[in-house]
Amino acid sequence: MQLLHFVIFVLFCLALAGGILVVSALFGNRQPHAVKDDTYECGLPPIHSARVSFPLRFVVVALLFILFDVEVAFVYPWAVLYRKLGPLAMVEMGAFLLVLVIGLVYVWKRGGLDWE
Amino acid sequence: MIEQLKTFITGELGIAIGIGLLKSLIVVVGALLLVAYATLAERKIWSWFQSRIGPNRVGPWGLLQPIADGIKFLMKEDIIPRNADKPLYILAPFLAMLPALLIFAVIPFGELRLGGYVLDLQIVEVNIGVLYIFALSSLGVYGIVLGGWASNNKYSLLGGLRAASQMISYELVLGLSIIGVVMTTGTLSLRGIVDWQQQRYILLLPQFLGFVCFLIAMVAELNRGPFDLPEAETELTGGYHTEYSSMKFAMFFMGEYAAMIGGSAIISCLFLGGGKAPFGWQLSFVPGPAWLFLKMMAFIFFFMWIKATFPRVRYDQLMSFGWKFLLPLALFNVLLTGVLISAGVL
Repeated sequence: MQLLHFVIFVLFCLALAGGILVVSALFGNRQPHAVKDDTYECGLPPIHSARVSFPLRFVVVALLFILFDVEVAFVYPWAVLYRKLGPLAMVEMGAFLLVLVIGLVYVWKRGGLDWE
Repeated sequence: MIEQLKTFITGELGIAIGIGLLKSLIVVVGALLLVAYATLAERKIWSWFQSRIGPNRVGPWGLLQPIADGIKFLMKEDIIPRNADKPLYILAPFLAMLPALLIFAVIPFGELRLGGYVLDLQIVEVNIGVLYIFALSSLGVYGIVLGGWASNNKYSLLGGLRAASQMISYELVLGLSIIGVVMTTGTLSLRGIVDWQQQRYILLLPQFLGFVCFLIAMVAELNRGPFDLPEAETELTGGYHTEYSSMKFAMFFMGEYAAMIGGSAIISCLFLGGGKAPFGWQLSFVPGPAWLFLKMMAFIFFFMWIKATFPRVRYDQLMSFGWKFLLPLALFNVLLTGVLISAGVL
């Protein structure tokens, strides 16, 4: 029953977001013009394409994110059961977190978190 | 035929579908109304902070301004740049708006009483509500990155990349800072967390460190306040939505505001007891949703207040603040909570 409500809600949201796109396509007027449809670059003719390589920093952050996000995903089930598992679980999780903290310190010292 | 239709509507499945539709309608329309009036509230509040009057032309006290804005967005020309990747360009605002709306499915808004009927406004009660919220808030990045890339504009690309990098960094802090709450309450269900607080005490003070981390990380996650670098207009014109116009721009806007409203509901549920009356007041005539609503308004005001007060931070400051300060602090909070629970304090 609850699942049915959820499916209805998802369909409702999909219809709303899709509906807005359709309605705006129907209502808005459209008068294409060569200059108007050009890429905006503060009024000047755009200088080559925007398909350029971007700083590697962003990739490093994404890699670090994956590592730590997986870590957080591991901590959730432990956190739910913590009261039942008792203090020994804290020691075990402490060891697990310590490995990751060492990783964080390593990245930090190597300058992986600096954006000169 | 009509007979069959009648038995279907009054049957179990028909009623369930009807209730589902009614709940979805109330939640989505309520959320969109809040989004519309949050824009007005934001403009009014900022104008007071800056000794201006703010919108006051459309309707009394500018109250019809959001509706006028909506109609205007609808009627405006929808420009798709020649160089843009058209399918992705259209998909991006859709993807930016959808997760923000879907988050509302698991928020325990409380019960609405109409005569003898009780309507539970929470769409679905799942025992992994917190995980569901994090999964969806990660999806919000896709709309922004795709929008920035598909526009084929350098400002948009940089804005989209900045947004992605900022959001994933602060998402870690967001996820880590509520582990203390999960450890204390022993459940991932938002309803369960609210119930636990209603039976015992609210977690604001016992989890103060987690609360502060969560609040700051949420401001960054929502691209608001002093952390609105992805749309820093002084350096990136409009960031990822530079090329967007008409309703597609409005959809990015609505997604951002819906995420803000959903986020304030989540933080109220996690740390302030959701629909619980503050200070243990015995005010049973005030419905639960009203308390949740008041707490949400307080947070929404807070978001507008800090944006009006603090200057925008620099990008390297933003990233190092998240990784070098908030992340260790959130990790420390996990350790501290564990020790306190073992010592029998919490």
